[in-house]
Amino acid sequence: MSQSRKVTIEGNEAAASVAHKTNEVIAIYPITPSSTMGEMADAWSDQSRENLWGAVPEVIEMQSEAGAAGTVHGALQTGALTTTFTSSQGLLLMIPNMYKIAGELTSSVIHVAARSLAAQALSIFGDHSDVMAVRQTGFSLLSSNNVQEVMDFALIAQRATLESRVPIAHFFDGFRTSHEVNEAEEISDDMMRALLPDELIRAHRERGLSPDAPVLRGTSQNPDVYFQGRESVNPYYEAMPDIVQAAMDQFAELTGRQYGLFEYEGAKDAERVLIIMGSGADAVEETVEHLTARGEKVGLVKVRLYRPFAPDRLLATIPSTAIRIAVLDRSKEPGSDGEPLYKDVVTAIAEHISAGGSHFAAMPRIVGGRYGLSSKEFTPGMIKAVFDELNSEAPKNHFTIGIHDDVSHTSLDWDAGFRVDAGKGVTKCMFFGLGSDGTVSANKNSIKIIGEGTDLYAQGYFVYDSKKAGAVTISHLRFGENPIRSPYLIGDDEAHFVACHQPVFLERYDMLDHAEEGGVFLLNSPHDPDKAWGQLPRRMQQQIIDKKLEFYVIDAYQVAKESGMGRRINTVMQTCFFAISGILERDAAIAKIKQAVEATYGKKGKSIVEKNFAAIDAALSHLHKVETPAKATSGFEMMPPVTGNAPDFVKRITGEIIAGRGDGLPVSAIPVDGTWPLGTAAFEKRNLALEIPVWDEDLCIHCGKCPFVCPHAAIRSKVFSTEAAENAPETFKHVPVKGKEFEAGMQISYQVAPEDCTGCGLCVEICPAHDKSNVSHKALNMAPQPALREAERENWDFFLNLPEYDRDQIRWNGMKGAMIAEPLFEFSGACVGCGETPYIKLATQLFGDRMIVANATGCSSIYGGNLPTTPYAANAEGRGPAWNNSLFEDNAEFGLGFRLAIDKQADYGRALLARMEAQVGGQLVRELIEADQSDEPGIHGQRRRVAELKGILKGIDSVDARNLESVSDRLVKQSVWIIGGDGWAYDIGFGGVDHVMASGRDVNILVLDTEVYSNTGGQMSKATPTGAIAKFAAGGKPVAKKDMARIAMAYGHVYVTQVAFGSKDVLTLRAFMEAESYPGPSLIIAYSPCIAHGVDLSHCIRQQDLAVNSGHVNLMRYDPRRADKGLNPLQLDSKKPTIPFKEFAETETRFSMLWRTHPQQAARLMTKAQNEIDERHHQLQQLSAMSYEKLAQEGEE
Amino acid sequence: MDLSTTYLGLKLANPFVPSASPLSHNVDTAKRLEDAGAAAIIMYSLFEEQIATDEDNLDHLMHRQDIGHGEAHSYLPVHEAYKTRLEDYLENLSSLKAALSIPVIASLNGSSIGGWVEHGKHLQEAGADALELNVYYIAADIEQEGVAVEDRYVSILRELKRHVSVPINMKLSPQFSSVGHLVKQLEAAGVNGVSLFNRFYQPDIDLATLQVTPTLKLSSSAESLLAMRWIAILFGRVGISLAATGGVHTSQDAIKILLAGADVVHMCSALLVHGPERLSEVLDGLRMWMEENEYDSVEQLKGSVSQIHAENPAAFERANYMKVLESFEPPASVWR
Repeated sequence: MSQSRKVTIEGNEAAASVAHKTNEVIAIYPITPSSTMGEMADAWSDQSRENLWGAVPEVIEMQSEAGAAGTVHGALQTGALTTTFTSSQGLLLMIPNMYKIAGELTSSVIHVAARSLAAQALSIFGDHSDVMAVRQTGFSLLSSNNVQEVMDFALIAQRATLESRVPIAHFFDGFRTSHEVNEAEEISDDMMRALLPDELIRAHRERGLSPDAPVLRGTSQNPDVYFQGRESVNPYYEAMPDIVQAAMDQFAELTGRQYGLFEYEGAKDAERVLIIMGSGADAVEETVEHLTARGEKVGLVKVRLYRPFAPDRLLATIPSTAIRIAVLDRSKEPGSDGEPLYKDVVTAIAEHISAGGSHFAAMPRIVGGRYGLSSKEFTPGMIKAVFDELNSEAPKNHFTIGIHDDVSHTSLDWDAGFRVDAGKGVTKCMFFGLGSDGTVSANKNSIKIIGEGTDLYAQGYFVYDSKKAGAVTISHLRFGENPIRSPYLIGDDEAHFVACHQPVFLERYDMLDHAEEGGVFLLNSPHDPDKAWGQLPRRMQQQIIDKKLEFYVIDAYQVAKESGMGRRINTVMQTCFFAISGILERDAAIAKIKQAVEATYGKKGKSIVEKNFAAIDAALSHLHKVETPAKATSGFEMMPPVTGNAPDFVKRITGEIIAGRGDGLPVSAIPVDGTWPLGTAAFEKRNLALEIPVWDEDLCIHCGKCPFVCPHAAIRSKVFSTEAAENAPETFKHVPVKGKEFEAGMQISYQVAPEDCTGCGLCVEICPAHDKSNVSHKALNMAPQPALREAERENWDFFLNLPEYDRDQIRWNGMKGAMIAEPLFEFSGACVGCGETPYIKLATQLFGDRMIVANATGCSSIYGGNLPTTPYAANAEGRGPAWNNSLFEDNAEFGLGFRLAIDKQADYGRALLARMEAQVGGQLVRELIEADQSDEPGIHGQRRRVAELKGILKGIDSVDARNLESVSDRLVKQSVWIIGGDGWAYDIGFGGVDHVMASGRDVNILVLDTEVYSNTGGQMSKATPTGAIAKFAAGGKPVAKKDMARIAMAYGHVYVTQVAFGSKDVLTLRAFMEAESYPGPSLIIAYSPCIAHGVDLSHCIRQQDLAVNSGHVNLMRYDPRRADKGLNPLQLDSKKPTIPFKEFAETETRFSMLWRTHPQQAARLMTKAQNEIDERHHQLQQLSAMSYEKLAQEGEE
Repeated sequence: MDLSTTYLGLKLANPFVPSASPLSHNVDTAKRLEDAGAAAIIMYSLFEEQIATDEDNLDHLMHRQDIGHGEAHSYLPVHEAYKTRLEDYLENLSSLKAALSIPVIASLNGSSIGGWVEHGKHLQEAGADALELNVYYIAADIEQEGVAVEDRYVSILRELKRHVSVPINMKLSPQFSSVGHLVKQLEAAGVNGVSLFNRFYQPDIDLATLQVTPTLKLSSSAESLLAMRWIAILFGRVGISLAATGGVHTSQDAIKILLAGADVVHMCSALLVHGPERLSEVLDGLRMWMEENEYDSVEQLKGSVSQIHAENPAAFERANYMKVLESFEPPASVWR
């Protein structure tokens, strides 16, 4: 048998590596946190990596998890070894097929990174809600607790399913295990082969359908036999536990790692026992070891095989001395009398005792508790609290641990300072970095260096932000001489080493809370070492003094710049870490970093190697230890997380979440039904921009383009009277407005929100006004933010308080007019230069005060609704977009529901009006019912009438009056928007989009088309164009992008448009206005450049121009209303392409990389893409040139 | 009739060597060039900037896709087979070497004194018979003295010579105050030949956007006269190979250049426009002209009208300038 080697990997890779070796077909669909398993499998197959039997597994991405499950079922039924990877709602979508696969006794293992389910809110983090929802399907459920076990159980499950014919869902905790980097012994191919005898595989194959030996499955059965059929499988389930245990035993013979269905750890005579499954078990084990070492009679049962549940084996595992048992579930079933594992344990013990069993002297007292929902921390302190609770006279049942429940008082208190022996001798390090500064990559690299290059063990876990622009990452690294489990974060006063990679964090995060006494603090600071102390807030200085920390500084940006690394500081900071953390001997550590650099880049990147070496050497000479004064001298404190003018709720709750203290919020602080206030992003001043735009009012032509393209609504224009500006701050700029759109004498201002701007520069790029003598000087020019911040903050506040221009008077047909409308979507967490958000912002400017949004899960729901802050905002009247996210797959249907409800309530209102005509007044009723609401004055007129109606109704005491009051707002036109990305509209939600379009109802479907699944990391969708590389399309997408516009146009009654805001702004504006005004379904396909395209989004506008000019995007509008006038409904707004597709493609890595990886394929696909573009444009031209005159005449006849 | 010539110490069947162009991107067109009579081939250029950009891209793809969001570690998958343009180049070079029987000259293009020059070693290892070093440098810094520009050429050459043993040809820009003196310096530094002259991409202004954009127009026959003058001047005064590049479209162009003293004639634009087969027509033209004019060999005619052999050597110098101006008649539509 070949030797296995030590590898440093994440849980997902551990699962995928075995799954890819042991399967023939892999059907996948992206969902966090399991996506990386599919991505890796796809990449390996693309690289022709073979499975155990010399075949390259077929990996196929489907349109949804339901689709993946169907394909898995089909492939299994045809005898292939087949798997899939999923999580959360994805697993739920697989349920129907899981019943079928299990019902037909089909051998299969699917791998689940267990994740929360969307309820009051979506959460991407880990718990067992999803797997608990499939325990009734007939799938076996097998739980692994850490990275090593993930790898081991993936193989054990494969063996067990082949032998038992019972399919297995192998699961592990999302993020905590799926994304933890840890060390594992790799299982060699020989070991895998030894555990998977060919005869079992052949037997599986032979059960597959074949016309050469035909059978029939999937019959419909009647009352006479269905029941019996359902019971016929019992022997298979009865045999399953023994089969799994046998597989575990055989595995142990091969690898030396022995597992059991249930495993006991702790005192042999334990009186208090905890039963748990998942990563939490490792934390319990550490705690049990700690407590038993101190003589406590405690123990732990780890549950591995949860289904089929084997009560006898469970009983045999629990010591008979147990008198108190706590069962912990990582899930929540509202309204139940206990969570599933608890109830299973209670049932097992109760059945045993009621049947006269004598394992226990008396029935133990059993309590159940919930922990760790959505990756909530589960620490030894919490575990000790549970054991302590078991000691109390009447231990609390149905408790929670890890939160403060001041509503139902379920929670147990715990000692946050409790530490276990397992942490001793382990070096703990924390790194605060920016998402984009490479901190996480460097730390993963450090773990590899230490884990694979030394005898030390290493563990890494990374806490990410919910923002995309300026995201903060916190890396938790542990190193030690023994294997490291500790599936929880590094706590307060624990970290031997704390690094702050961005000086801007100093005032925002209490980083040194984590530092242990005598630890090391490393700061990247642009200041001289002797000035660095003065840059720290007072509290931080005091902590350095009190904890006797060694304080080091380095100007990493300077070192990076001087070594040719640009702004990449990761190597510099990594070098400093190795130099001063003391984990390895300094010179040996530096040598190892250099070796790692060489191994990474090798021959391919000689100059990168040189630059890195230069940075490593320079880092050491620029690293300085700062002498710590005896007293804190700083004159400033940490910044408050939100501005002083924030409402109480925002200060108390949102602010705490922003400050990273959300864990401390009690249950009572959280809204009960998932309802949160709008507009809270405005109170979080993130100060991300190094430079912000400065307005040259003398050059400006007031075109309105800059507020239009701003992805974060951070530059705005307003028109106001001269008097309104009388008390303006000194530096506030305003000039008389040019043009005839506004009455004479009015003033205009373009104002930037200095602390909300992300510095993308798109406003400067789009600005058309050049200095005639110097084209590089425009009406907007970027300048460093710090010097401008104070004055512009004051100007911004003044600008916000200027009255909004009367919407009735706005000329909406041009940019200058429309762009003074107030955006009701601002300062989102979207990427710097995001190509999607300008469309949403535009919609809110035009329709925001009467807009209701159904938002598909994806980027737009994350920057639109991920706590802590919300970018959707209300205007001064309190009106704004009402927003909800149902799911990923059902968004069109969800939005249609809005429409139906609004229309029904409006109908009801009109019926009540008719009934109450005499009391309300005939003319008002007539006006309310017949109001023309096709423009802003019409809508405002109706609002005034509704206000009048409400006034009248106040004086009427009747049921009808009360009911009419409650629906009267629906008499004003409300605009339903169904928003989502291409993954939703083209793939998972396409059936719904299609059906909603077919319904003919008045909804506006906005597809933010990035041509990939952006949120989950750039996986291929059916919008991905020919020749583009994406995840799941590592070899370039071989087929053309689905032409959604043509599909929708085929209905004839759907308004359809394709727009690209950066290419043709007025057309985009017009298309939005037309779409919204169309009294039927409208589909807006909005081309949105994305970082997944492999472009810097400071080129967002240029990329759209290239996309349009090359014919990659055809701008068009199809308005069914035109046909009635004898006009062709289709207006092709794009001219014949003026540049070849290749010229566009060369500017985006998603295309250009194909030449580097698959040159022949690249050449072929580029030609194909060009032909498709030519053909498509030709066809659209032909379609748009057709005459509709005759049709219109015939219609009239 | 003996058409053979010696270039960079390589014995060539005739003096026609297609210069660096996309025609050498694949073996098929390269083979067509050989079939049309090309005596050697210069591969398309491997640019310093390409090497640097590739390294940056690779670094970005491998290590800098992080955005710090839990749902996305990265966006673009990096294929194991990811090849930099350097690797591509080396592979193409090997394929050309395997498919062709004529010498293959690899071309390195860059302007800084840095690590890229070392890649010459890899080109040699991949089988290049010689290297063309194209220092594509614009002296845009007005504080920089002309001598510093010349030093840069010499330094880069010296650096390359440290890494390779195959012959090196340098392709030069015409923008030197003393082309001949530079060539002498290069000769002293060990160059084996020079090609005159490099054609720069020229910046252009887009009147619609006021953006500056690079352009490259194909050459015309008129341009070959520039190279011809300098080859005529250098012939017999330096001991290295001389090649003319830029504007050779017809056999007449080529013959003139050989008469002026070139060892080889490079062709590019004409082949791009008319296809590789144009080369055989030009070769036939040379052969016919030699027959008509009773030349036995290319060696015989080479340099026969160079400055040292010409009846009127001054014609290659300033007097020539005056004469042309005086003979120039503006078109009728130009007001003068």
